[in-house]
Amino acid sequence: MANLSVEALDGNRAQPYPGAPDNWKRFFSFSTDHKVIGIQYIVTSFIFFLVGGLFAMIIRGELITPEANLVDRTIYNAMFTMHGSVMLFLWTFPVLVGLANYLVPLMIGARDMAFPRLNAAAFWMVPVVGVLMMGSFFVPGGPSQSGWWAYPPVSLQNPTGNLINGQVLWLLAVAISGVSSIMGAVNFVTTIFKMRAPGMTFFRMPAFVWTVLAAQLIQLFGLPALTAGAVMLLLDIVAGTSFFRPENGGNPVLYQHFFWFYSHPAVYVIVLPVFGIFSELFPVYARKPLFGYRVVAVSSLIITGLSGIVWVHHMYASGTPGWMRMLFMFTTMSISVPTGIKVFAWVATAFGGKLRLDTPMLFAMAGVVNFVFAGITGIMLGSVPVDIHVNNTYFVVGHFHYVVYGTVVFGIYAAIYHWFPKMTGRMYYEGLGKVHFWLTWLGTTLNFLPMHPAGLMGMPRRVASYDPEFAFWNVLASLGGFLLGLSTLPFILNMVSSWIQGEKAGNNPWRAIGLEWLISSPPPVENFEHLPIVIAEPYGYGKDEPLVSNLAELAESPG
Amino acid sequence: MKMRLIVTLVGATILMTLASLWMGQQAYTWFPPQASAESELIDDLFSFLTALGTFIFLGVAGTLGYSVLFSRAGRYDYSDGPPIEGNITLEIVWTAIPFALVIWIAAYSYQVYEQMDVRGPMEMVHLHMPATMEAAYAEPMDDSLPDSLPDSPTAGLPSARIAVQAKQWAWIFHYPGENGQDITSTELHLPVDHRIKLELTSDDVLHGLYIPAFRLKQDIIPNKTIDFEFTPTRIGTYRLRDSQYSGTYFAAMQADVVVESPQAYQSWLADAANRAPSPAYNRAAFEYNRAAEQTIVRGWETIPPAPPPIVNFAPKQAPDSPPV
Repeated sequence: MANLSVEALDGNRAQPYPGAPDNWKRFFSFSTDHKVIGIQYIVTSFIFFLVGGLFAMIIRGELITPEANLVDRTIYNAMFTMHGSVMLFLWTFPVLVGLANYLVPLMIGARDMAFPRLNAAAFWMVPVVGVLMMGSFFVPGGPSQSGWWAYPPVSLQNPTGNLINGQVLWLLAVAISGVSSIMGAVNFVTTIFKMRAPGMTFFRMPAFVWTVLAAQLIQLFGLPALTAGAVMLLLDIVAGTSFFRPENGGNPVLYQHFFWFYSHPAVYVIVLPVFGIFSELFPVYARKPLFGYRVVAVSSLIITGLSGIVWVHHMYASGTPGWMRMLFMFTTMSISVPTGIKVFAWVATAFGGKLRLDTPMLFAMAGVVNFVFAGITGIMLGSVPVDIHVNNTYFVVGHFHYVVYGTVVFGIYAAIYHWFPKMTGRMYYEGLGKVHFWLTWLGTTLNFLPMHPAGLMGMPRRVASYDPEFAFWNVLASLGGFLLGLSTLPFILNMVSSWIQGEKAGNNPWRAIGLEWLISSPPPVENFEHLPIVIAEPYGYGKDEPLVSNLAELAESPG
Repeated sequence: MKMRLIVTLVGATILMTLASLWMGQQAYTWFPPQASAESELIDDLFSFLTALGTFIFLGVAGTLGYSVLFSRAGRYDYSDGPPIEGNITLEIVWTAIPFALVIWIAAYSYQVYEQMDVRGPMEMVHLHMPATMEAAYAEPMDDSLPDSLPDSPTAGLPSARIAVQAKQWAWIFHYPGENGQDITSTELHLPVDHRIKLELTSDDVLHGLYIPAFRLKQDIIPNKTIDFEFTPTRIGTYRLRDSQYSGTYFAAMQADVVVESPQAYQSWLADAANRAPSPAYNRAAFEYNRAAEQTIVRGWETIPPAPPPIVNFAPKQAPDSPPV
């Protein structure tokens, strides 16, 4: 069985330079193939997803009772700090970069990314970030305990007095992660602008490519602010400067501006590619063109623009004057217009189609519904008077977990299932996929919905202990959290067993329209022997028109 | 066929509207009691947003659900759906309506925010910032304060201003007494139906003053004095929490707020003034000093909590027990 598969796939696994490993070992090498790098990103980040999930379950274990009685308060604080940091810097960012890495060159008809070595270098910084983050558990004083925002002055406090402490390692990790992301962003933007196949105009690019472009542009304008803030904070800790140190005249609120100037747009870096995934999947499983494709595509760039002028909504309750609160309330709410356009477009795409509820579509549809819910609570949070009550409460925690789990993780799962046959040449098990979906949906609802009432009642976020009036909702949330932990098991089982011995999938098991589906599964090194010549817009479902003019040439590509 | 579609749409809209109005009413029950003038305004706004949000959610989820129920491909149906690529009218409508909605929501929120200022203080947060905008925005409004408010705030009450001192991890409330006496308490006592002026300061890191029953919150920033004003309207005991993460014992940094009649408030203050200062119970210091924590896993080194505050008045009941 195993022999057979290796033989069958042999032709695809040649490397572009001599002496490179041509088997599973290539995933542990400095490969410059964007498909290998994409899978490296996805698998590495999934491991950190499990680590971050473990931290979350310790948090939920502590919060299942009102008293702080499972772990010490310092450990609890380290847990939520590392949970947030790992989930963002080592899971959502890299896994989406991984998907984009795998898909963008295929979708635009390129043989690889514009800078393959830069691409590999950017990936190999991710394990370094991971080692630094995990290593911080073993330095005196333990890992950072100042939350993933690392607001000074708390982040400047150093109880052990050691120069090498958890906060310093955390800042180094964040800075390296930022450099990696900037390298990735330069590569993606260049690839999308310069490497498109003949005929692949901007308005023939799949919506996913548009969203990746929109997201990576944010990285380019936003990350420098965060990196600068992180460097100044690092200097305050190790070099005795006082950018943010109030006792020497520094301004701690200034850090909040640096931090959120990037970290709010970062939410769109995360969610835009997921919007792209929804835009790709809805047409395939509804057998209809994406409704209003051009508007959907352009709305991504509008979101990019607006994302840069909303950051103060994280600071309504901070030292923010009234006029600033009002200004940023208006800009924040305006973001709901371009996102609304996307949501309505997906709904209209599904409406009147011929729906097939395979696992990817289940995840995509549930992701959209969760996103609508998160969007509504987001508008509530954008309203200054409401935010003054619920800011820094569990209402916010519930809201953004509906975004990062209910929407983003659902979208990532949808994408992994959808493109799994392309990546591996084999089909996943549909039954296990459905089990995974229902467990994930139930766990998400049980975990994150009860956070909203707890927050409205006044439960602050980041607490290790709380008043007994909040206990009911926290027990529900904790049960949901453990269920979410459990829900990863059928997924892992499915992925591993189908990759080893799943059914052969063929080139295009979903009968989807797109360049990646015209070539073999998995695609050969350098993807296209003959570059495709694109002659139509994407999503030509029901139109019976060819996507490329040289179909026969593509089909006879080796492999 | 066309008629049937219209009837269905109208019927669905009526049902969704009723459900949304019902949810809007439910929203009031999700909050703690309304104990300040500001809380009523905020709850009304939230109820409105809930009703509106419910309608939108049902509209989107309902349409998707309808497709799932009635637009499924048959088992062996491998044909495509109709190649509809868009509809300009529909796209303009669903851009214009959300745009109008957010303008409405933002304008309503703005109005509530202004009203909060009118009802309670003229300005809820008055930052002492050396910027020109302070003169442009805050000062003239402050000057007009005494004339514009019918019930002159805390007139006849000796303590118009209460200084709130936050530190890792204790709340201390300072009331000015006669002859410049500084009356201190670890419980915040307030006279009902009077405008309260707090001066917020922090000794060390960021903290956040948060009283859920008042729906009010303000970060406290070291090296700054932030004025914070509001009007409690309901007698009772409420919880005050630290809302801005402040380090190891952040969650234990809670205090009680006692809203009482002006007479009761006066006599409490007089009583507190005559008490000799003594150390109050402090949860953080208590836990820190306990050699063996009740936890299963021991922790890392922490910034030591400040010693228990020495105050004139401290509640007999431990401040970490639930409000009465």
